[in-house]
Amino acid sequence: MHTQISHLLALWGTLPSLVRTTVWILVITIVVILCVAFLTLWERKVIGWMQLRRGPNRVRIFGLLPGMGQPFADVVKLLTKEVVIPSRANKFLFRLAPMLALVPALAAWAVIPLSPQLVVSKANAGLLYLLALSSMGVYGIILAGWAANSKYAFLGAMRSAAQMVAYEIAMGFALVGVLMAAGSMNLGTIVGHQEGGFLAWNWFWLFPLFVVYFISGVAETNRAPFDVAEGESEIVAGFHVEYSGIAFALFFLAEYANMILISALTAVFFFGGWLSPFAGYPVIGATVLGDPSFFWLGLKVFVFLFLFLWFRATFPRYRYDQIMRLGWKALIPVTLVWLGAEMLMAAVHIGPWARPWFH
Amino acid sequence: MRLTVEATSVLVEILFYVFATLLVVGALGLITARNPVYSALFLVFAFINSAAIWLLAEAEFLAIVLVLVYVGAVMVLFLFVVMMLDINLAELRRGFTRFAWLGWLTACAVIVEIVGVVWTHGLTGIDVSKGFVPEPASFSNTRALGEVLYTRYVYPFELAAVLLLVAIVAAIALTLRRRPGLKSQDIARQVAVRAEDRVRVVKIAAEKRS
Repeated sequence: MHTQISHLLALWGTLPSLVRTTVWILVITIVVILCVAFLTLWERKVIGWMQLRRGPNRVRIFGLLPGMGQPFADVVKLLTKEVVIPSRANKFLFRLAPMLALVPALAAWAVIPLSPQLVVSKANAGLLYLLALSSMGVYGIILAGWAANSKYAFLGAMRSAAQMVAYEIAMGFALVGVLMAAGSMNLGTIVGHQEGGFLAWNWFWLFPLFVVYFISGVAETNRAPFDVAEGESEIVAGFHVEYSGIAFALFFLAEYANMILISALTAVFFFGGWLSPFAGYPVIGATVLGDPSFFWLGLKVFVFLFLFLWFRATFPRYRYDQIMRLGWKALIPVTLVWLGAEMLMAAVHIGPWARPWFH
Repeated sequence: MRLTVEATSVLVEILFYVFATLLVVGALGLITARNPVYSALFLVFAFINSAAIWLLAEAEFLAIVLVLVYVGAVMVLFLFVVMMLDINLAELRRGFTRFAWLGWLTACAVIVEIVGVVWTHGLTGIDVSKGFVPEPASFSNTRALGEVLYTRYVYPFELAAVLLLVAIVAAIALTLRRRPGLKSQDIARQVAVRAEDRVRVVKIAAEKRS
């Protein structure tokens, strides 16, 4: 058995790098899609518990926990439904829009360091690449709203375009702060420069930027309390009101993949990515708990995803003008002030700027 | 197994021609599409392809910033406006044949200018016969750009930034006008509101049934 495994590993090493990269891309994409499937179930369960309900509890899979088969039942249902294309819709763009929404959400995983060794691309400009991709996600939504030739869909698209442009600026400024604290745009280096336990991570020195980034992330993914693009009670279902079947499912896949992505990015930028919170502390830091690994990243992503669900269960939806006001007049000034504070910190060499890479 | 240097350069060349062809297709689509929304989307397509060409030239900073700024922000606002406009195409196309000579003249002038610039001081110092020389893996395009921008060209850079700021302030000042009788929410008052201001709890003594 052992010889067989080592044989397989040796074979893996001899494959051309092109093949290996392609296999990794496939593996990561499939895992993200599976995570989305179980995230929808987890969301319904968590919100159910918060509202003193049980949540989905009928569909079993392989006799496992009740409800575990729900995501698969949903997928089969959506796949077998007819995709209705409105007669006056722009047919080409109507079909293109769900794909445009999904592709950036999956492509962004290329530069995310999953563990100290495992990353598809060690691009130097990884942070810029992520910003560029997250700004392209809005095309799927605007085109869906416009191509459907429906007033409600169009209103949703307009709302979401304005919202995403506004919050992208706050998000970009928060990332400038991360850039200053890491001295690099490579995501692996950003994680590496946060080394040294729970309090050495960026969230401690960049706390306002962390808050701004996460709020902007919730707004960018069009999640409650910023989900005016859907706004069930006002504009039916917003940009995807005319979509049915698997085309509708693709929009949801994109939304949930974006949630996982934003959680992973928050973990990488502010919470040390794959670093252990106990690293550098006596006794516990020397055990296996002090080692950096993929599981720490997974745990952090899980916590942030839970926050997304918690927000949805507890906050009422923002009014449109309040969203604009929060983005432009509250979050952007906060980031600008904190960038100034970071300059002072860098000048007197405290926090991340006391580390060897800065000198 | 890594690709050899020759194989890589052939691959880069093939990719260049693919992206360049797509770029030209996008640019042609931009000016020939009947629907303005399609025109805007063709422009996005052209931007993405030119970013890919810049990536092939190892100018990753410029490539990604092109996508980030133009595709991610400028074109979103363009689409925003174009979708809202109810453009009457017949009205727009009315003067097409009458003013076509003006368009041709402008196009010719631009072509002459480009060729002139390349002719006079373009190809000196650039050796195109040997093809593209890759930079070492440790070379960071972003860092190199930043170093020049903040040392040698710091004054032109700052000047451009100030100009942009002035333009923003001017644009806002031009469109900002206070209309009398305009109804709007005062957020500070909304935030500061207390339950006592809105709800009055009245105690009424029970009445005896007569």
